[in-house]
Amino acid sequence: MSELTLTVMRLGFLAVLWLFVIVAVQVIRSDLFGTRVTQRGSRREAQRPQQAARQGAPPQQRQQQTAAAGGGGRQRRGAPTKLVVSEGILTGTTVALQGQTITLGRAHDSTIVLDDDYASSRHARIYPDRDGQWIVEDLGSTNGTYLDRTRLTTPTPVPLGAPIRIGKTVIELRK
Amino acid sequence: MSSTSNPSTQHTSTIGAIGTPSRRNTELALLVFAVLIAVFAYANVGLAINGSVPSGLLSYGLGLGLLAGVGHLVVRKFAPYADPLMLPLATLLNGIGLAVVWRLDQSQRLQEKSTFFEAAPRQLLNSALGVALFVIVLVFLKDHRVLQRYTYISMVAAVILLLLPLVPGLGVNVFGARIWIKIPGLGTIQPGEFAKIALAVFFAGYLMVKRDALALASRRFMGLYLPRGRDLGPIVVIWALSILILVFETDLGTSLLFFGMFVIMLYVATERTSWIVFGLLMSAAGAVGVASFESHVQQRVQAWLDPMHEYELSQQGVIGHTEQSMQALWAFGSGGTLGTGLGQGDSDLIGFAANSDFILATFGEELGLAGVMAILLMYGLIVERGVRTALAARDPFGKLLAIGLSGAFALQVFVVAGGVMGLIPLTGMTMPFLAYGGSSVIANWALIGILIRISDTARRPAPAPAPSPDAEMTQVVRP
Repeated sequence: MSELTLTVMRLGFLAVLWLFVIVAVQVIRSDLFGTRVTQRGSRREAQRPQQAARQGAPPQQRQQQTAAAGGGGRQRRGAPTKLVVSEGILTGTTVALQGQTITLGRAHDSTIVLDDDYASSRHARIYPDRDGQWIVEDLGSTNGTYLDRTRLTTPTPVPLGAPIRIGKTVIELRK
Repeated sequence: MSSTSNPSTQHTSTIGAIGTPSRRNTELALLVFAVLIAVFAYANVGLAINGSVPSGLLSYGLGLGLLAGVGHLVVRKFAPYADPLMLPLATLLNGIGLAVVWRLDQSQRLQEKSTFFEAAPRQLLNSALGVALFVIVLVFLKDHRVLQRYTYISMVAAVILLLLPLVPGLGVNVFGARIWIKIPGLGTIQPGEFAKIALAVFFAGYLMVKRDALALASRRFMGLYLPRGRDLGPIVVIWALSILILVFETDLGTSLLFFGMFVIMLYVATERTSWIVFGLLMSAAGAVGVASFESHVQQRVQAWLDPMHEYELSQQGVIGHTEQSMQALWAFGSGGTLGTGLGQGDSDLIGFAANSDFILATFGEELGLAGVMAILLMYGLIVERGVRTALAARDPFGKLLAIGLSGAFALQVFVVAGGVMGLIPLTGMTMPFLAYGGSSVIANWALIGILIRISDTARRPAPAPAPSPDAEMTQVVRP
């Protein structure tokens, strides 16, 4: 065997050995437990919630991450496009507003499951009325839902950026 | 990979499902990669030594591939959610170990020795037996918690296994260590390797029951939690046992392994740092005590402190001195960063045990620092997956067993690698999977089998949802 071939093989073998180690480490990285965000619809919208997921909602909350679904389309200018959790354990979670009702509470089937002793099972919901205006309604919770500083008694329209406070969690609507 | 996607209409957002992918295809891809690397190593050795592709390449590749394939299919069938990395890593280590054992078989210098025999075919047979045991573990051990029932039986089994080499007529004294037993017609086996697994089962079962007493009933003194005397009992017994092994079988490595494994598991079970302090103090005291009057251990310590002097003495023909420690260091040194290439080193100058205890020196010389680092990382990854399994396991017994087995594996790698590299005195243990040695390969395959079983249970999607918090009362905010 020529010297050159053997040298190439020697270095090649080391390279392959390290490649295996690197591939194995990559498998570990992608093998972390948790949820996979299903990307549907337009790519631009789908990327945002994923970034929010990386910014560190705790793992058990990660399943609550929602991906933006495509469609919509008939939104007015200036209408909010997403709901953002700005305080509390779920900080950073975003939910795309696509005309669906968003329920909040400790119940497992809520859109945003609040892990909060001060939240009720079915605490509040946020939904669009016929004009596309987003309304927040308290569902008879124990400790109440606050829009800015006022406790809600009736379904109330939500202005952009106004904080909705539920227990320790604060959410707001953003463009 | 299976990812469950939420069937939902266009206008609802898709909430990511908690699909735990089984990752069997990843495992298969990695296994194919591992077998190819091992075949590459084999071909490389042949090309370097004989200048031609070895004639056994096909059968060797097929043999290893068959073992890997059988292992994979059994995992796919019986442990579908198991960790995808352990099997490929073990296969790769076993495969390149085989290639290097075969490489040492080709050495002229070793062939001239009277004790020479073709080790590679036997090692392939041992690997097959190991994979067979791996399969048996996965097929018959449906749930690792069954082992919990055999807590004390496995203690008795471990002690018997450890004592077997001392039985006259059965145990054989090979080169100063009495750790083998001879079974007529079958050859020799090292019961200590199997005792390792049995002891891990015993410790896990015992500590699971006793950990609260060990963790809580203690007095605080100078920042350390001092355990009560009666809780110290078991640790003292294990300590005494490991010292006895050291004295009667002069097997430093095994006694360090058992005691270290117990201290690791004790620490994990109780979260008390004081146990580690006690463990280290006791093992240090025991080792110093034994080393001061046991000549075999003294020799090892001498060879560790001053390998060059030992080398000179052995060159002068003084009996009872070893040249191997120095030769191993030279092998590592001449390997340098990138090594001399497979089949082109002179590590076969280490005459005796070149393919078992000292096989890491051959890797050091022929693959260099880069190769040894990669191999140590592979061991590290196996241990990491074991610890990860322990973290993910839902039952305390599985947690402790996984941490014990991976801790024992890590300790064994440390003790052997540290011994060959001159960090600690050399002990007669073998590098898991790499080194020639039937018991070691078979026992370590069984160990990987148990870890895979635990990781399958741990990663399996939860059977029932957790009790709903809806039932809990909402706290009322009181101003």
